[in-house]
Amino acid sequence: MQPHAEMVHWGFAAGILFVGLCLLAEAIVGQDVWRMRPWRKYLWPGLAFAIGVLLWPVMAFFTNSSIHMYAHGSWAEVAMLAGGAELGLVHGRLKSRWWRLTWPLAFAVTGLAFIIHEQNPWFFARSAFLHHLLGWTFVVGAIAPLLLVWRPRSAALQACMALTIVAVAVMLFADRDVAPVFGHLSPLAGPQHR
Amino acid sequence: METPLVRELPAEQAARSARARAVSLFGPVTVACGLIWAILQPYRLTILHPRDQGLWWLVFEPPLLVVLAGIVFALVVGKPLLLDLETRDAAPR
Repeated sequence: MQPHAEMVHWGFAAGILFVGLCLLAEAIVGQDVWRMRPWRKYLWPGLAFAIGVLLWPVMAFFTNSSIHMYAHGSWAEVAMLAGGAELGLVHGRLKSRWWRLTWPLAFAVTGLAFIIHEQNPWFFARSAFLHHLLGWTFVVGAIAPLLLVWRPRSAALQACMALTIVAVAVMLFADRDVAPVFGHLSPLAGPQHR
Repeated sequence: METPLVRELPAEQAARSARARAVSLFGPVTVACGLIWAILQPYRLTILHPRDQGLWWLVFEPPLLVVLAGIVFALVVGKPLLLDLETRDAAPR
């Protein structure tokens, strides 16, 4: 009695939306104010790491092909790597700024995995459209965290990264297992439910 | 003649209050987005027609998840963050 894949996407969307809001708030108030309470500096990196951990059961229980398994597994790995590196950086264990490269890496790997593992064209169904859109959003969105390696206190770049993550959450909330996109739904996609 | 009552807000202070306003709006705006979504697509809320629905359809209701994210953000992050922002602004420089 597993939940549908779309429900899992909505659950992750809620967590990702929360992370995006935290990042946006940090971009606006600045790192000094954001880190005034010790727990808060670990909040969004910890959530990013937790999202990576939670992607493993998704990989195990919700993948119906090898390529889906590789995609979900790679997301789990890079989310844990980026979240873990950020935790190390905010705690002070990690010093090198090059650890921040884990974020553009995570965005790029996630985006490419989305694009590669979607076998259908854009207007096949809503989920296919969103896979392509999410993939390209992540690939283009990787520019902001990449530039943050050299400009870690740039509020504009932090806001760009945060808004990319909020946009990803919106796309995940829009996902349905079988539904049309702009009136297009391939007959091969199966009957629309609900 | 000089009036002591009318004076311009210093630019830095105005920027701080703008930041505080923006942060205080994140939670309510997110909640509002969820509510508007629920009004526009009521069929996404299975709690409105719970008969014959499975457990998961009752647990995962996307507009309510958006509302929940907004409420949790406002209470857990937004409120203490505003207090810290005010404390920082009130502290002598």
